[in-house]
Formats: sequence, structure tokens, C-alpha cells
Amino acid sequence: MNTTVATTDTEGKTWGGGNEPLKASYGKMMMWFFILSDALTFTGFLAAYGFSRFKFMDAWPIADEVFTHVPFFHGSYPMIYVAFMTFVLIMSSVTMVLAVDAGHHLNKKKVTWYMFLTIIGGLIFLGSQAWEWKTFIKGDYGAVQTKGGNILQFGEYVNVDGEQKFKRLAIADFAVAAPGDRVKHERKNGLWFDDEGTLPAYQVSDIVKGMEANSNVLVRTQIINEEGEKTVLSRGESLNQIKNNGKLVVEGANLVVNEYGSPLFADFFFFITGFHGFHVFSGVVLNIIIFFNVVLGTYDRRKNYEMVEKVGLYWHFVDLVWVFVFTFFYLV
Amino acid sequence: MADAHKLEIFRGLVKFKSNTQKIWGVLILLSIITAIEVVLGILKPDWGYNVVLGMKLLNWIFIILTLVKAYYIAWDFMHMRDETVGLRRAVVWTGVFLISYLIFILLQEGGYVFDVYDSGFIKNDF
Repeated sequence: MNTTVATTDTEGKTWGGGNEPLKASYGKMMMWFFILSDALTFTGFLAAYGFSRFKFMDAWPIADEVFTHVPFFHGSYPMIYVAFMTFVLIMSSVTMVLAVDAGHHLNKKKVTWYMFLTIIGGLIFLGSQAWEWKTFIKGDYGAVQTKGGNILQFGEYVNVDGEQKFKRLAIADFAVAAPGDRVKHERKNGLWFDDEGTLPAYQVSDIVKGMEANSNVLVRTQIINEEGEKTVLSRGESLNQIKNNGKLVVEGANLVVNEYGSPLFADFFFFITGFHGFHVFSGVVLNIIIFFNVVLGTYDRRKNYEMVEKVGLYWHFVDLVWVFVFTFFYLV
Repeated sequence: MADAHKLEIFRGLVKFKSNTQKIWGVLILLSIITAIEVVLGILKPDWGYNVVLGMKLLNWIFIILTLVKAYYIAWDFMHMRDETVGLRRAVVWTGVFLISYLIFILLQEGGYVFDVYDSGFIKNDF
């Protein structure tokens, strides 16, 4: 666009760079092609996520049951917090595009304010994502991993308005903790280079005891039945599975185990939202640099705010990617 | 400084008076779409589970709404609407072609692997 292109001394020189068929400056075009290649990187990740999901189509975790928390509130509110995050990011996109618009009118004061609001939006989003990670890593109910690597979760049937509903039970609610016979292996007790992570609070034997003591506890497997819900085993089969196949108590999620289901879900969640969060972070850093340039009057003297527009493109792209991450991790 | 912004969306159905107004208009549109997605995601109505063309109707709705959102972010926030046709096609068509190809190939393969586990001789469980 004429209003933003920095002029060089090549005007009229058709073969000397004066001919601009795309009518965009070099910087802006290169930002577009960087965005294109970055979009392909994200596509690679999301398509790999899709591959794994199709591979375990009948056993993939249900996102509504995984992300149910809202800060400062107890209870189950699926989708609410992530909808808030989406709105924050879209809103900061709006302030960014308003900054670009103010830049076209060479209105330094307005650009400064809108850039500032954009940065704040980005920081709120980053904080929300950190909280989302923390909650996911901490987990909420706990589960048992089988020898085959599958996840068994616990719950009971309760009467809600005359209807039998399956309600999840946390391990701590029913497990009977035995005096610890298993001590955490530390470096000082054996080979100096060999240690292990924190032991879970309960062991499979504690859970077996707890299940025997509480006849209401049932096991839920990863397999999704025809109603789109996870399969609940009978009481006999529940005890049988835990006793014969239970191997490890899992609380929360990390790159190795995941109490919500397939570890791949956690791996992709950390990797894709982490990569996106890294983009948001670098976007915030770029925005801060541009913000100070605006405040110092660099673009005012240049009579050209195109730098704001270029960084704006990157910032909108971050929003664009989040729209897809939101759909494929939380909705579909 | 007269801006060369195109101020129409919906193929001219809605025309804004200024670029700032268009931005707020697009924000309202994106918010409505997100709200629809969230409400459907929470309620999960029964009709959404009917399978259309190999995928649940609800998932089709989510993906189509996402593409609509992506369109308005790229066209109005990133000013793709105001760029020359050449730049727009160079960026968008390249992306659309490569992305569709990659997604098709990986999802096809994922579905095949699932079938092998499901009905073939290989079992990974227990």
C-alpha cells in the first residue's frame, strides 16, 4: 500500500527494483512468507496430532473431562477458561490492528496506547497458559497405568435426579495407605548417578485394598463406547483388572505418563501449546521493542509506521494459530 | 492520507464507514462465532453426533467455523483484503495446497493404523 511503503531511490527503474508488481514492501512480503512457512510448521504438528488421534480413535481422552478448571472457582466448568483465553487473544489482535490503523494516520499517542494494550493482552494470555499447564501437570483424580500402558480411572454410580450417573473418584478418596514399604531411591543409597523421581503417594496395593474396602468403586477404561463415553467395567472385572494388570499409580500428566489417557495426548499438548506459547512470548518481546520505538518517536520521525504493521502481522498470525489449536485440542 | 482499505465484508452485504468501524465489526463477528463454538462444545447436542461424510456433524461445524474465523483474521486483521491478488494467491494458495495435502496423507495413514490394530492381527493392549 502506498501509505506505508518506504520510498527508495529506485522509482521508475523497471529493471533496477523500481517495478513492484505486488505493491508491498520487501519487509512486509518477507513477513508474509515467514508466516507461510511457520504456518506449515504448525500444520506439521497439528497433523501429527491428528495422526495419533486417528490411530487411537477409540481411546483418545475427551478434552471436556481434561480441561475443566477455572482459577479461583471450584467445580467443573469445561471450555470456559479456554474460551476466555481465546477472547483475550482476539481482543489483543483488535488492539494491534487499531494500532496499525492509528499508525496510518501518524497518530503517535494512539499507537502507543494500543500497543500497550496489545502487550497487556499477550501477557494475560501467557499467564493463563502457564496456569493451564500447571493444572494439567498436577492432575485431579489420579489413575492406574496397566502393564500394557493403558490408563484405568475410578468412579462410582450415583443417583442424580433419579438417573444413574458415573461420578469420578479421586484415588485419595478411597485408597488405604499402607505403611511405606517402598522407599524412594536416592543417589546416596546406590550408584551415584542413579536416582528416581518423586514416588506417588499411593501404590497399586493400596488401591486394591481401598477397592476391596469400598464396594462402590468401579474402574473406567480408555475405550470410548457407542454413546461417546468411556467404558465402565463391572465390579468383578474392575477388581480383576487392577489386581492383575495394574502396575503404576499416575497422578497428573507429564511427558512420560498421563492420568487422563494416552501419554501422546499430553506430549502433543505440551509440545503444540508450548510452541504456540513460545510464539506468543516472542511476539510480546517484539511488541515491547516496537512499543519503545513508538514512544521514542522513531517512526514519527520516519513518518512511517510500517514496522508496527509488520509486527502486527506476526501477532495476528499467533492469534490465527490459536484459533486452530483451540478447535483441535478443546472442541473436536 | 486516504487509506485504500476495502470496507466491505460478506461480499458487500455489510459496508463500514471507516477502517476502525470495520475492525470492531469483525471483532463482533469473531466473538459471535467463538460463542457459538463454546456453547455447542459445552452442550454437545445429540444431533451433533450424526456422522456426515465420515465425521460427526458437530466436528464439521467446529472446523468450518474455525476456517471462517481464520478467513476474517487474515483478510481484515492482516489486511489480506487490501493486498494485490498476486501476493494473496502466493501466500494463501501455497498454504492451502500444502496443508490439505499433509493433513490428508497423515489422517489417512492414522486411520489405516487404527484399522490394523482394530481388526488385524496386531494387538498393542495387555
